Parts: sequence; structure tokens; C-alpha cells
Amino acid sequence: MIAIKTEDLTYVYSAGTPFEKTAIDHINLEIEQGEFVGVIGHTGSGKSTLIQHFNGLLKPTSGRILINGVDLWAKETKIRDYRFKVGLVFQYPEYQLFEETVYKDIAFGPANMGLSPAEIDERVREAAEFVGLKPHHMQKSPFELSGGQKRRVAIAGVLAMNPEILVLDEPTAGLDPKGRDRILGQIKQYHKARGTTILLVSHSMEDIARYAHKVLVLNHSGVAMYDDVAAVFSRDKEIIQMGLSVPQITRIFSRLRDRGYPVSESVYTMDYAKQELLSLLSGKEG
Amino acid sequence: MPNIISAEKVRFGYQKENNEFNLVLKDISLEIPQGQFLAVLGHNGSGKSTFAKHLNAILLPQGGTVTVCGLNTADEDKLYDIRQQVGMVFQNPDNQIVATIVEEDVAFGPENMGVEPSEIRTRVDEALKDVGMDEYKTHAPHQLSGGQKQRIAIAGIIAMRPRCIVLDEPTAMLDPRGRSEVISTVKRLNSELGITVVLITHYMEEAAQCDRVVVMNDGEVLLDDTPRRVFSHVEQLKSVGLDVPQATELCWQLRKNGFDLPDDILTEDECVEAISALLEAKK
Repeated sequence: MIAIKTEDLTYVYSAGTPFEKTAIDHINLEIEQGEFVGVIGHTGSGKSTLIQHFNGLLKPTSGRILINGVDLWAKETKIRDYRFKVGLVFQYPEYQLFEETVYKDIAFGPANMGLSPAEIDERVREAAEFVGLKPHHMQKSPFELSGGQKRRVAIAGVLAMNPEILVLDEPTAGLDPKGRDRILGQIKQYHKARGTTILLVSHSMEDIARYAHKVLVLNHSGVAMYDDVAAVFSRDKEIIQMGLSVPQITRIFSRLRDRGYPVSESVYTMDYAKQELLSLLSGKEG
Repeated sequence: MPNIISAEKVRFGYQKENNEFNLVLKDISLEIPQGQFLAVLGHNGSGKSTFAKHLNAILLPQGGTVTVCGLNTADEDKLYDIRQQVGMVFQNPDNQIVATIVEEDVAFGPENMGVEPSEIRTRVDEALKDVGMDEYKTHAPHQLSGGQKQRIAIAGIIAMRPRCIVLDEPTAMLDPRGRSEVISTVKRLNSELGITVVLITHYMEEAAQCDRVVVMNDGEVLLDDTPRRVFSHVEQLKSVGLDVPQATELCWQLRKNGFDLPDDILTEDECVEAISALLEAKK
């Protein structure tokens, strides 16, 4: 099933003013349900504009956006439903925390969905557990927590709505390597457990390589590539041309290939790199 | 080279809500010679940002002293001089932009310093060119992306011509091209103008390009050496929640599996050479 489909999706900012800018231009895209997609593109390539269409925060200037086969804007009164179906986690979501306690903050979404108190409670606890928040955190003020913890509270607030599609815009910006691995590990776990369609916007090619199955590359307001991680990163020269990069490990292997060594052209994670070299080194008994 | 910044047994902490005292900096001592390009690494909460804020008197030590260009940061009368000498760039550009037009924002610092208008014009144009934003000089900052805004903030500091720039995770929000533009700009300011740079970062590849790397952990200096030496402590870095560049990690993994590789591989070039040599030897 197709979770997200766009048909000639176009959005123009400040139309009719001197600042008019077409941020996304005739985007045609189909994202399968249950997919884990990494979204990359340089600053201004249209990433943020595109994802804000997925839950109706932006209305297309022209073209259509379909969620589970239904035109999101067919009935404007239904837009609210998509805010729950498609969970958007913005950059620096910790700045959006506002409640007195962690528990209340996570409960805000489900409470607005009109769920019963028992259901809300279950959702809040499940979501908190997914992001590794402990019961003793729940009655604290979110502002007493560390930056990484606050961010996990914000993500839990979106998970608690049980979205069918989860979109995260640079969820690890500003986190240290440990905090980064932790949050992405939890998201991966969530994906595995729930089968939720996930879109992860990131500037870290290493993170995309490690967690995503497919990569969507945006360039000049359009889709430049949409393919498996291996296929996308094997086009490293085009990607660098776009002002993006590939993981350092991929560059190293690309250069080893250029030198004539028989290494795979789609090495993008440390584990694979290690295995590839180990088998090559042990395979050739000197 | 004389030291531009000298921290002596700096101690700093604050009261938590439950009245416990949280000691963030535990008698940190660090000397930064003029012209050095220094990276500070550490996990979130290790005290590196708190330390950075001591370098231009945003925070004052509760114990010990910080001396900047010969001035004690605790000396209130010298506050202007200190802040003029040490410019600070933060992670979130939205908190640093004050004007409604890009070039006016960049001019804010030099205007406040009383620089001649014609000189301000020159500095603003140069600074914007340095960060690759000159074509946006008449745009409104709020219409720029996060990465572009950050480069404006950096231009605003550069325009003050400080002797030292402290950058607290300046590239956390930038795309790869923006990131390398900022880092190469900062490197150029360091090598051509001799500006001392203190770069706080979570990107190990950025730290690998510096003269010296200081690793902080729980308010103390854990390692302080050249990047090559620091990143050879792979296990120790991992144990404090940090990483090493992938080139270093790959060679380390192969060494662990019994292959003979140098233990101080730092760059992509070195890694490619070392592995090529290994593959050649096996032929």
C-alpha cells in the first residue's frame, strides 16, 4: 500500500510578491507503507516545505497530496485528522514543551484526540517507554531535564498519538554521538515494533546510512533520487555535486575501487566495511 | 607564542531545583596560545559550553581565574574590551540575529564599537563574502534558512575583527556544504589572519582538522593533545559517549582483528593508503 503519494505537488511562497519562490516544483513521489526513508537535500532544497504538506500544515499551490490513497485536501474539515495520522517532529522540538509535567506534556496530543483517560494513560506510558523515559521522570517539570531528555519527551508526545506516519526533521541536531545513537536506536525500535512509515530528515549521511532503508534526495525543489540506500550512495559523485555528501566510509571504498581493488561499490556502514575488508584480506592467502 | 587565553583552576556550578549543588567545572586549567585552532569535544553535559561561556565573561568563575589577552574576566571595567577580543558564535542562529536586513545585522557589532562608516562597509562586505552570503546582503534574515542564518551570525562576529572566536557547535544545523564552508572559513581566518579559534563540536571529522583537541568529561579535562594522539584512544573516547572519524574507526576495527595497521590513522587519505598497503601485501 502507498502511504504517501504526491501528484505534481507544487508550493510557492509569497506568490505575487518580489519574494516569490517556488520551494517544491511538481513533485511526484510514492512512499510505501512501513518504509523507513531518509530524506536528504541541501539547505533550501525543499525538504521542510515538502514534509509540512504531509499533515496539511501547508496547502499545495497546485497538485495533490494523498495519504493512504485519500486526497488530504478533499474535505478541508477533515484536515485535523491528518494532524494525528501524520506525526511531525520539528527541529529542536524541545522548545515546544510547555506543560507543568512530563506526563501532561506527552498526554497533550492524545487528550486532544478525545481519547478516554485510561487510553491516554496507556499511550503516555508506552510512548515514554519507547524513548527511554523512566517513571520517576513523569511528574517532573520538563524544564528540569537535560537537553537530550527534553527532546525525547517531545518525541514521545508525537508517538503518543500513534501516528501511521512519523516524520522527524533532524531529530539529532546538537546531540552528542551517544545521545544521537540512543534516539535513532529508539526510533528504529519503534519502527520495528509498530511498522510505522518513517521519514527521517537529516544532514548526517552516516545516520541515514545506518538507519534508513531508502533515501529520498531533494535538489532544486524536485526529487533527484529515490532509491535504496546502497543505490543512492553508490552515486556518490552526483550527490557531492549537489552539495551533499556520502558517509566517509563510502568515500574510502570508492577510492579503493578507483585504485582497482575489488571492493563492493555500495559500502555505507562500518559493519559492512569491516566485513568486506576482512573477507578480502583473509580470502587471499599470501 | 604567548597565551591569549589562560584558565586557572576554574570552578563553576549551580544550585539545582532540589537544592543539590551541581559542580559543572571542576578546577579546569587550560592555556590557549595565540593563533591556535583548538577543538573541544565532550558529551552533552560535560561542561564544554559552560567553559566556553567563561572565555568572554558571559559566566565568571566561582573559583580560579580566566585571563583573556592579559585581562581578568572578573574585572567589570574591562568587559567591553574582553568581548571585543573574543567573539562568540552559538548553535542557534535565531537567538543571535538582531536586525531586519542581513547587512545591517552584520554591521551591528562594528557600529557598536564605533568603527568608521566606510570601514564598516568594507568589513561587512568582506565578512559576508567570507561566509558565502554576499548575494543575500539585502535580504531579510527571517526569510533565510537556519544554515544561512548561522553564516550571517558568524559574519557578524568576523566583522568585529576579534583576536579569538569561540564557536559553540556552529555547524549543528548546517547541511554538508554549509558545514564545510563554515569550517573552511574558520580555518582561513585562523591561518591567514591568525585569529585564535576555539571550536566546540560533535563532529569528529571537524575536530580532526584542528591543531589540538581537548576532550572534556564530567567537568574535567580527560585528554588534551593533537587530534592524531587523541583519536588513537578509540576505546576511551567511546566509553565517554564520543566517537572517532570513520577512517580511524575502520583501521582500529581491522587492528582489533589482527591486521597490522598504524594506530594513528586520522584522515581519509591515510586510511586509503594504509588499506591499500595492506591489500597489496596480501596479493
